[in-house]
Amino acid sequence: MDLVQNFPAVSILLCLFAGIISSGLKEKAARYVNTVLIATVMFLNACTLGYVLHTGEAFVYVMGKFPAPWGNEIRVGVLECFMALFFCIIMLLSLLGGRKKLADEVEEGKTFLYYVLMNLLLSSLLALVYTNDLFTAYVFVEINTIAACGLIMIRQNGRTIEAAARYMIMSLLGSGMLLMGICMLYDLTGHLLMSNIKEQVAILSASGEYRIPLLVTIALMSVGLAIKSALFPFHAWLPDAYGYSTVSSAAVLSSLVSKGYIFLLIKIIYRVIGFDIFEASKIIDVLFVFGLMGMIFGSLSAIKENDVRRMIAYSSVAQIGYIYMGIGMGTQAGMAASVFHILSHAATKSLLFIAAIGLTDVSGGSRKFIDLTGAAYRNKWAGVTFTVGSLSMVGVPLFSGFISKLLFAQAAVQNNGKMLPALIVLGISTILNAIYFMKTVIRIYTPVEENKYECITFKDMKLYAVTLVCFIVLNVILGVSSQPIVDLIEQGLAMFS
Amino acid sequence: MSKPKPQKEYEKTGAFHFFRWLSGCKDPYVGEVEMKPQKEEVVPESTILERMNERQMIRDKVYDAENNKGLVIFHRIYVASAILFCIALVGLLLYTVSYLPRTGNPSNPDNNEVAERYIESGLQETGAMNIVSGMILTYRAFDTFGETNVLFIATCCVMILLMVDDSILKKQEEKNDRRFEPKNDAILQGTAFVLCPIIFIFGIYVILNGHLSPGGGFSGGAILGAGLILYVCAFGFKKTQQFFNEHIYKVAKITALCMYGLIGTYFYITGANGIENHIPLGIPGHILSSGIILPINICVGLEVACTMYAFYALFRRGGL
Repeated sequence: MDLVQNFPAVSILLCLFAGIISSGLKEKAARYVNTVLIATVMFLNACTLGYVLHTGEAFVYVMGKFPAPWGNEIRVGVLECFMALFFCIIMLLSLLGGRKKLADEVEEGKTFLYYVLMNLLLSSLLALVYTNDLFTAYVFVEINTIAACGLIMIRQNGRTIEAAARYMIMSLLGSGMLLMGICMLYDLTGHLLMSNIKEQVAILSASGEYRIPLLVTIALMSVGLAIKSALFPFHAWLPDAYGYSTVSSAAVLSSLVSKGYIFLLIKIIYRVIGFDIFEASKIIDVLFVFGLMGMIFGSLSAIKENDVRRMIAYSSVAQIGYIYMGIGMGTQAGMAASVFHILSHAATKSLLFIAAIGLTDVSGGSRKFIDLTGAAYRNKWAGVTFTVGSLSMVGVPLFSGFISKLLFAQAAVQNNGKMLPALIVLGISTILNAIYFMKTVIRIYTPVEENKYECITFKDMKLYAVTLVCFIVLNVILGVSSQPIVDLIEQGLAMFS
Repeated sequence: MSKPKPQKEYEKTGAFHFFRWLSGCKDPYVGEVEMKPQKEEVVPESTILERMNERQMIRDKVYDAENNKGLVIFHRIYVASAILFCIALVGLLLYTVSYLPRTGNPSNPDNNEVAERYIESGLQETGAMNIVSGMILTYRAFDTFGETNVLFIATCCVMILLMVDDSILKKQEEKNDRRFEPKNDAILQGTAFVLCPIIFIFGIYVILNGHLSPGGGFSGGAILGAGLILYVCAFGFKKTQQFFNEHIYKVAKITALCMYGLIGTYFYITGANGIENHIPLGIPGHILSSGIILPINICVGLEVACTMYAFYALFRRGGL
């Protein structure tokens, strides 16, 4: 066994260790540990990605001396490594962008806990991405949920506490459904390991035995993970949770936590249930319809909103709808488009949150649109970045959003039954996106006569500006050189089965 | 016959105290112990009513009940549909359960491979008489490490919510120690004086015998934590802090989790790379046996005890 094969397991364990040790450190040291950790994990995952691309096949790593199906196991393929690497990059950038703001938002003695939660959140995301065992997935879903609640309520005011309570209730409902699904699968197949369950499920579905429990299991797992990732009718917790928490939390929650669950769902579809069986069940149509509804209603709510951060949060509902629409198409192309949109949305949404905080800060902390007038002149870097993010969300060429919309459209064309609704809703949603994002961009570039607030220059915010530039570069990379990434995703999805 | 003792000497003996207590002449606790509980803050009824009205007023204002009859109706429909949804979900799940494999049928689940191996060769492979311990701490050690971290992160979240500043904690020290209870309750203290050591010893026994008999880190840790909580209730935070304060809590928690992590990491990495690990399995049934289970049980027990105590202390006074 090569040394590199240890890296994914080591990176999960490193995150856990860092979280444990940070709980005894002061704020500054905890921050340092966190930054070093993310950089290290990024490096380790990049090495693994190179290794897997070089060998061209996935490998399993047994956690302990007992091989599967008796022991725990993680599985490393191209897509897993790429996702882990991408999550690390987004997390690092989000934390750097919100670092200066964090001191105002979090009580002084509790900042070290913020980094403890972040480290554990990263470990759970990595474990969700890499795991090959359903129960391990559930354990780390729990860690993920609790960490996310903590990240929402660490900024203590009434609204965040309420938002956290709401998030917790909805999220626990989702976890419960997932757990019930896992229990039923275990009852039917006698395994918890993904590949063994898949074999057994294939046998069961071929023989037609236990048809109803299998269907309910698929439904419970899909709906449970859909609730946790805020698919349209279950999105009530989202605007408050993203709108009022600290800016780094909002960026991390919207771009990583919900995406982790979606990735787990994709993994379950491919590696537990089997793509064909999942496609044959009617659940996939339900996801498709919910996705379409989310695309429209999320955008409509965003148009009505008068608070820039809640507007961005509602936009997440629409974008999650896109992802579920892609999953619901039931084709490989749709799935690849969904995975690409996970990347593109993660890169863009965290950028928007970080840029929005720069704009509201130069408007006296107000998030109302009327106060934001001319904010882009007061903070030029944030203004440009927000514009880039908006253009990407709307789907203008050169930026990542364009590619994902193109991929969705291509996938829709290949699917006869769902082509028309998908294309129509895609069109409507794009127009709605354009309405609310362009409204904001025009608003922030409208000059004001008398300047109530002071301007901010590069000198006052070096780290923040550098982060924004990194975000823009990431977005443009995803938009311009998308072909290799799409190839990578397709290769990874092929490795899944 | 022995000479009767002079009255003065007799008054010092236990017999005198006993008979005095028996005849009801003097209660030994009077004057020594606070017999009456702290005065609770009496909230006049009018204030309560005012508060309730305020709440109703806020609710009316938020939802603008008079002008929004639709909203009131929506609320009713919302509650009704929530109940209907729950009933539907329960019905669906019950319906599904009736299609699941029957309990007790030897051939189900259709594949018993995993459970079979755990039961048949669990003893040789893990060295643990207690198969459950062997399963969760050896076969599935990674899951259990995750589970221990769930406890850890839960304490962190409670700390975020409930931890108060040290200065406030100092100011309220006196109040926190009694909180409407009589201070230094002799009955409670006497009972705790007898019970606490027994509880601690039993907890340690359960932890150390986790691989031999039912029990283990999680249950033993809970017992230890319960003992600590009893001690705090009886003797107050000031006395408890002489041997268990925030610093010791942190050291114990971090050491326990790190030890678990290190042992686990060694086990995973040697196992995955096919290197022989040097943790002897020992003879099954001996106290020093079954490889990594015993040290991990100790770590888990410490962590669980710390978590239990931390929850209690945080909920009671907002600090450790």
